[in-house]
Amino acid sequence: MSNAIHVEDLHVSYHGNIAVKDVSFKLDAGNLLGVIGPNGAGKSTLIKAILQLIPKDNGQIMFYDKTVKEIRKQVAYVPQRNDIDWDFPITVLETVLLGTYPKIGMFKRPKKSDKEWAYECLKEVGMEEFYKRQIGELSGGQQQRVFLARALAQKAELFFLDEPFVGVDLGSEETIINILKQLSSQGKTVTVVHHDLSKAESYFNKLLLINRELIGFGSVHEVFRPEIMEKAYKGQFAFMKEIGVSV
Amino acid sequence: MFGEIINYFNYVMEYEYMQRAFLTSVIVGIICGAIGCFIILRGMALMGDAISHAVLPGVALSYVLGINFFFGAVVSGVLTTIGIGYISQNSRIKNDIAIGIMFTFAFSIGIIWVTLLKSSTDLYHILFGNLLVVRTSELWATFGIGVFVLVMIYLFYKELLVSSFDPTMSAAYGLPNKMIHYLLMILLTMVTVASIQTVGIVLVVAMLITPAATAYLLTDRLWIMIYLSSGFGALSSIVGLFFSNRFDLDSGATIVLTATSMFILAFIFSPKQGVLWRSIKSKSTKSLARG
Repeated sequence: MSNAIHVEDLHVSYHGNIAVKDVSFKLDAGNLLGVIGPNGAGKSTLIKAILQLIPKDNGQIMFYDKTVKEIRKQVAYVPQRNDIDWDFPITVLETVLLGTYPKIGMFKRPKKSDKEWAYECLKEVGMEEFYKRQIGELSGGQQQRVFLARALAQKAELFFLDEPFVGVDLGSEETIINILKQLSSQGKTVTVVHHDLSKAESYFNKLLLINRELIGFGSVHEVFRPEIMEKAYKGQFAFMKEIGVSV
Repeated sequence: MFGEIINYFNYVMEYEYMQRAFLTSVIVGIICGAIGCFIILRGMALMGDAISHAVLPGVALSYVLGINFFFGAVVSGVLTTIGIGYISQNSRIKNDIAIGIMFTFAFSIGIIWVTLLKSSTDLYHILFGNLLVVRTSELWATFGIGVFVLVMIYLFYKELLVSSFDPTMSAAYGLPNKMIHYLLMILLTMVTVASIQTVGIVLVVAMLITPAATAYLLTDRLWIMIYLSSGFGALSSIVGLFFSNRFDLDSGATIVLTATSMFILAFIFSPKQGVLWRSIKSKSTKSLARG
């Protein structure tokens, strides 16, 4: 079977500075991939470039042997928290309803069945009682669950989440990771940008370690090894071991 | 006061030039209010100001070429938008700086052209509006623009909503964000052109953002915000025209001041966002905490 994501020789730069260099990997459907690496390593840039939300200098990216243009409607993307204007005049249910837009098409409005589906997705993340609230009135964890519900509403094959656990309470974090694990067990492909190494091992089944260039890619026990991690984190990794981050 | 208001409406009913002024300014209030919601939610207030100024060279040239100034305005508005996008995407110059450079450039060219070409246009009227000389054909043009703008907002409501709220998501699922941006800029240019006689180029931005900001303080739903904002825009026009008429003042200024007054009321008294309730609420929570 073809790979869900196939990246070949990807290079990205910002105003002449190299942000991502020489990244190639193949990911099969049904995986839960954690993209890890130090701050400024180009993790978010990598997934944005894979989805061609930002221009790349070089590289080939295919999804199920198709170009990104052909599979756009199968892509659900959850942005970083600080990319969102939380004062926007939109309610929780309307936010989830946005997930139905890709398949509704131009000039049409969401139907009653779309609204019911959005409500079902809210239930899935345990946020249905807040459906009337303006999104800024929620806690960080609740907001992130609403955005996950929106991704579920898209009925997508490929999920991309940018730092979904930042500013999120433990309960919400657990809800979110369980849903992501469930999605991958249903054959969906889930890619998560993540910076908290302490949980990387238990959350994902595959890891992609990056610091500008690709340092490691493979199953968790292949990548999450001191000698490989050290290459990305340099001195920081030894320090993290000392303060009790288990490796 | 009540009698004067009755007089005002009688006056409007009686004189055709007042009817035209009244209808034109109400239409402008509605469409500025509607499009203004997207302008403020996308953080584009400066862009609104820029595009309204940038139509000046197009307007001047249209008079010379003898074409409807609507076409010239749209062309110069869109060219300026493209120029701004080109500068900010191809250098380290940030968007707001590019806007500042381009619109003052276009505006200056416009001032020189109006003067050099010695056209029949009166610069003062373009800059500050003159409602009392609206012709019937211009009223119809404003009406046409109004219908077109509102229909476009209706048709593309979904796309405008999602690309304003979460442009990364909309790009990820394949919406052409750039096209939506340019569509909005074209609508903005059209609204500006329609507003020239009502408030003039200089004050259009107030009609775009003040009623929308007032509505923003009063609701958490986008569609309600659009209706409220259009309503406030129309009401500003009606009340502003009354004061302009009563005290013989520039209509643009009185309309904008009316819109600002409504904003101040909402700023103080809005149930959720108003400073008054906020201070009462914070005092009561403090006393609760103490008690």
